[in-house]
Amino acid sequence: MAAPFDLKDDSVIVVIGTGAGGGVLSNELAQRGVSVVALEAGGRYLPEDYVNDEWESFGQLAWLDPRTTSGDWRVAKDFSGLPAWIVKAVGGTTTHWAGASLRIQEHEWKAKTNYGEVQGASLLDWPIDRAEMDPWYELAETKLGVTRTGGREGLPGNNNYKVLEAGAKKLGYEEVHTGRMAINSADYDDRMACQQTGFCFQGCKWGAKWSAAYTDIPRGEATGNLEVREKAHVLRIEHGEDGKVNGVVYADADGNEHKQMARAVCVAGNSFESPRLLLNSATSMYPDGLANSSGQVGRNYMRHMTGSVYGVFDKPVRMWRGTTMAGIIQDEARHDPSRGFVGGYELETLSLGLPFMAAFLDPGGWGREFTTALDAYENMAGMWIVGEDMPQETNRVTLNHDVKDQFGMPVANVHFSDHPNDIAMRNHAYTQGAAIYDAVGATRTFPTPPYPSTHNLGTNRMSENPRDGVVNRNGRTHDIENLFVSDGSQFTTGAAENPTLTIVALAIRQADHIAAEMSRGNL
Amino acid sequence: MDDALQKGLTRRELLSRSMAAGATLVVGAGFVAGADAAWALETTALKPETMATLIQMARDIYPHDHVADEFYAVAVKGYDTPEAAPGIETGIAGLNAAAQGKGYADYLSIGWERDRVDILRALEDSPFFQQIRGGLVTGLYNQKAVWPLFGYEGESYSQGGYIDRGFNDINWL
Repeated sequence: MAAPFDLKDDSVIVVIGTGAGGGVLSNELAQRGVSVVALEAGGRYLPEDYVNDEWESFGQLAWLDPRTTSGDWRVAKDFSGLPAWIVKAVGGTTTHWAGASLRIQEHEWKAKTNYGEVQGASLLDWPIDRAEMDPWYELAETKLGVTRTGGREGLPGNNNYKVLEAGAKKLGYEEVHTGRMAINSADYDDRMACQQTGFCFQGCKWGAKWSAAYTDIPRGEATGNLEVREKAHVLRIEHGEDGKVNGVVYADADGNEHKQMARAVCVAGNSFESPRLLLNSATSMYPDGLANSSGQVGRNYMRHMTGSVYGVFDKPVRMWRGTTMAGIIQDEARHDPSRGFVGGYELETLSLGLPFMAAFLDPGGWGREFTTALDAYENMAGMWIVGEDMPQETNRVTLNHDVKDQFGMPVANVHFSDHPNDIAMRNHAYTQGAAIYDAVGATRTFPTPPYPSTHNLGTNRMSENPRDGVVNRNGRTHDIENLFVSDGSQFTTGAAENPTLTIVALAIRQADHIAAEMSRGNL
Repeated sequence: MDDALQKGLTRRELLSRSMAAGATLVVGAGFVAGADAAWALETTALKPETMATLIQMARDIYPHDHVADEFYAVAVKGYDTPEAAPGIETGIAGLNAAAQGKGYADYLSIGWERDRVDILRALEDSPFFQQIRGGLVTGLYNQKAVWPLFGYEGESYSQGGYIDRGFNDINWL
């Protein structure tokens, strides 16, 4: 059904990556009649392929190509080759994501204005704001079927949520509910309702959770305007003498190189691969990499201030049963510097199966302090902390020329160190998280360190002034008029919210912009 | 249970062919077994005494009193290969040397867990310790047979999830 396009067809838009950014953008362009070739490094896995098994699923879906790490974050010590837990597959990390779908708050779009100067941080206001984004958010929520929006019911609370809710109420928290989730509480858009299976991170076998893999991708292909090439690993973007990009060189499943010509190129490979690709595409005309006249490509890497709190009780919880992240406390998401930090954080239910709990509760831990925690696994409740981290120029993705991937290309080195604001916020959240569980009788709590990153943001940030960032308000690079960035690497600041909904909203908006520019003859 | 672990030895047969190695293990020619004869693990590349010490080390790293030795044996039996064995023999020899430095005959003859753990704690940054500990994270906790011992239910899709099986059955809040 999908239209095969010729490698020499330079009328197509090439989209690199098929996740929340690239997958949605590809479909939205195809729906508008635009010809698209989407290049996806991974293979295609659908609900029948997903497995309810943490390590097996990790082997199936995770991006395991080599990367390196540096900086003072604990991930660099405990998971030095695995800075992120993201997916290499058609649909990208929308197969793995938990489904939490929150709009960035009004004040967060203007972090520099509202937070003021924060020493050591490279805060910046987004060139767009909440009022401009609200209509796109509404389209995104409708696409994803987000609960508690558009008249859609919330999900029912599972055991893990009930513990969180009871503790939160005892502490006086008021904004406590089962979340705004891209997981169906009732049949919606040809997808069935959640069956409370757990394993949301391993791909939803019911298709109750929205994923581009089985919604936007096949719908785009059905138009005849979208061709998705699987196991097509992009090596570099090329340009002509006029400085505009003219195509993309990729390796196919057999390692053979091809060049797909293009009218324009949209990069959506996640906040590691997107800057890496721009840097790996350096030429004599662009010696520091594409779109990098500002020197900002790869900088301001953000991963959200995260952490977890687990609590052990004297009776069973069985937190793994049911929707993994359908539970939230939003009271701490406000900006209130009296707490000792700028920005805010959300608290969301989280559970890991026994295998991942053993790996992530206290990486490197051993002995009875560790094993008595796991002995209480059945009686454990869990929450995830997700808050705004400070952008820092020195937190960045660079090329590691000493380590090459399977195609001989330098891998991404991911350097990250916490900002003092991140640490202050995390400590506050650890205290509040423990208090929530203590309020309902926890016998022991665990302030668990951040996992390999799932929210990877910044590194090609959006800025009004070309000096301050890589892309403009439409995600178009400041330097090259037919080169776009379409994933979370556009984020100017991270805000406190899980980023997928915003990535999707930006992708819909960008598709509208690109189609309009094409019809005006500008692209 | 893994095929590599034999079951059904008679206790008499076992004891006639083996000698005690620590509190709960016995070793014989080419095998390690539980002292209760509930299981036995053949060794080909590793000395059986080495395997017995490795099993005890595994338990001392991740002690779960309700998890039987055989699960720890399964977790480390993958080191019984010609490729892995030399490094393991060297590592365990180091463990025994540390025990001897504290006046014990060897690691397995140390009666209290805390005294064995003291030795491990002194070695915890060594590549050998980290190899064994890191391997156990999946070798032990990713055994499906271990999961029920912790109450973990594993796969649920084939049973229709928990929508009718207690996703919200908590009753003590």
